[in-house]
Amino acid sequence: MTGTVAEPAVTRYDPSRPPLATRIAAGLATPGGIVWVLLVALLVAVVVYNPQLAAPEQFLRLIARMAPVAIVAVGQYFVLVSGEFDLSMGAVIGVQVVLAGTLIGDDPSRILPVVLLMFAVAIVVGLVNGLVTTLLRVPGFITTLGTMLILSGLTFYATGGSAGQNPAEEFRVLGRSGLELPILGYLPWAVVVLVVVVAAAAWLVRRPFGRLLLLSGDNPRVAHLAGSPVWWLQTRAYLLSALAATVAAILLVGYAGVHPSVGSGYEFTAITACVIGGVVLGGGRGWLLSAVAGALVLESLFTLLNFVGVAATWRPTVQGAIILVAMAVTVLRTIRRRRPPAAEVPPRSEPGAGEGAPAPATAPQQPRGT
Amino acid sequence: MSALARLRGGLGSTAGVYLVLLGVIVVAAVVVAAAGRNLFTPGNLTVLMTSIAVLGFVAIGQTLVILVGSLDLSVAYLVSLSSVLAAGTMAGASGGTVPGIVTALVATVVIGALTGCLVAYLQLSGFIASLGVGLLVAGYLASYYRGTTGKASPELAGFGSASIGPLPVPTLLMLVCLVLAVVLVGRTRMGMHLLAVGGDAHVARMSGVRAGTPVVVAHALSGLCAGIAGIVIVARLGVGSPTVGEQGGYDLLSIAAVVLGGASLAGGRGSLWGTLGGILIFAVVDSAMGILQVNPFLKEVVRGVVIIAAVALYARRAAPLVRRRFAAAAGPDPAEASAATAAGPTAPVTEGAER
Repeated sequence: MTGTVAEPAVTRYDPSRPPLATRIAAGLATPGGIVWVLLVALLVAVVVYNPQLAAPEQFLRLIARMAPVAIVAVGQYFVLVSGEFDLSMGAVIGVQVVLAGTLIGDDPSRILPVVLLMFAVAIVVGLVNGLVTTLLRVPGFITTLGTMLILSGLTFYATGGSAGQNPAEEFRVLGRSGLELPILGYLPWAVVVLVVVVAAAAWLVRRPFGRLLLLSGDNPRVAHLAGSPVWWLQTRAYLLSALAATVAAILLVGYAGVHPSVGSGYEFTAITACVIGGVVLGGGRGWLLSAVAGALVLESLFTLLNFVGVAATWRPTVQGAIILVAMAVTVLRTIRRRRPPAAEVPPRSEPGAGEGAPAPATAPQQPRGT
Repeated sequence: MSALARLRGGLGSTAGVYLVLLGVIVVAAVVVAAAGRNLFTPGNLTVLMTSIAVLGFVAIGQTLVILVGSLDLSVAYLVSLSSVLAAGTMAGASGGTVPGIVTALVATVVIGALTGCLVAYLQLSGFIASLGVGLLVAGYLASYYRGTTGKASPELAGFGSASIGPLPVPTLLMLVCLVLAVVLVGRTRMGMHLLAVGGDAHVARMSGVRAGTPVVVAHALSGLCAGIAGIVIVARLGVGSPTVGEQGGYDLLSIAAVVLGGASLAGGRGSLWGTLGGILIFAVVDSAMGILQVNPFLKEVVRGVVIIAAVALYARRAAPLVRRRFAAAAGPDPAEASAATAAGPTAPVTEGAER
């Protein structure tokens, strides 16, 4: 698992580029890569504990249950890599769920206008978060804490804190049901939505927007001097996170029903997922797909503990422990990475050489110490 | 703005905090008066003074942690933990007062110090370390306690309801702790190291400061303050509750109070007197809304608006101060370049949760 050449910089500029297998092994050794190994291991464990889940249909249902968290993590990813936090995502989910529940009611013809309204609300929230943070220079942590209080206060005020009526069944289709397919058997819409959201986000990350967003999170001054509008990049990141929360809310209406506290805690779960996926708080580093994998890891871990018979009350402890472990691993690797890469790091051609692998990454830099 | 800055002089942004507090008091008094009530009756003032004790304790600890450049998201759970441990240990018996308090405080200090060690020696960001530790505690609380537990001893209950003149004793104790913390930060070597590490850990290390120690001390003291807050809650309610900290939202509200007090989330800048101003802003707004019998959910909305508006006011003002004292520490900051884009050749700010 541990790679021979862990540094993307080395692989990129080294004229004798190591073979694909080596590069994959190296990628898996990074915090953003190890999470995939963890995910596969956890999913295998889940299936072992509950063999019914081996059927594609049941397995896809499992993924569908994880979709809202993963989508929220996608939104949080954009804000985190830009160097800020979005604490308002859970409150946005609450607002949207209640909006859908109260405005759609039993009338399917209202679905389209209400969905448009929900996205308009998301755009307003994202713009406020982004512009207050960038133009008024309020720290994003405080801005989104404020909007969180405002939105959740309004939601609870409007509903009195009690569960609301579920909207028309046609609206809940996305979160509840799926598509009958010949080979897979059953494809939940939530999985389709998840794939579409992740694909769109992955495309955005590859676009100039995504590249500049990472740059502006890493070093806003350089980004500014290079001519990119940092304030607008960060504002768009907040827009994306509010939109992602809205999509998650639409799924949650179908899956969980209408209650103002449906979204509570989602912001910290999403931050946890991103951190497990190797996204660095403070901005500039992290892979989108690994953040999604982080969300899936978190959810499959909860599922597994559920199967094993651990009480649900221990969920926070598990979440806390996995955050600390994941971060400790990330930090240890980052400390190692900070040592200047020795020029003579040899590209190993035999990826299978497991036991000798860690040595080259550390050995040349020994004199530096920590 | 510049005349105002000059007027502030050596007081720094703390004076700005109290100017805003003054404005909030005036607005609150006018609004309350418009409804035919009086904000300044002795009864209302006592309620106000009583209400600041718990958040005050938590915010003192949070200020120290933020000054050293970290963040403590575990305080809410530590408040709950302290309350159940204290109430559970004393179980209503007079002899249990001291063991109960000691148990609770030792537990919270040790957990705080543990978080500090994770931040200082494993170099986790304070956000992550304290979130992780807080969640560990949250799971323990949820698993071992159902509903309220234990009972305050008569002495502790007496302490909770006693007052000297107009000042409730818990609030008085909070103010004493605040003064002690001011002395710690302003007058001791540890305080200087705390500010130095918060301003720039690297420079502090190069100057011969053991950068880890102040971080651990700040987190341990934050645990201590959260523990005291939990005990004050037991004194007030008579029982311990595993959810009282989370319900109070002390983690995020204490951070908001500290930032309202003019501190920078990046560390190294801020003052405890400013934090007191921030808490008083919250308390005045809350108390005015309490007199007007505003819906509790709408109170949250007003709080959110106040937090954003007040911090937006200082974020601009604080800028020149940063450049003078910690120009080198300003470093790569998300808000910085965007600020430059937006407002032309103004100085950078260090707001931004980088650690």
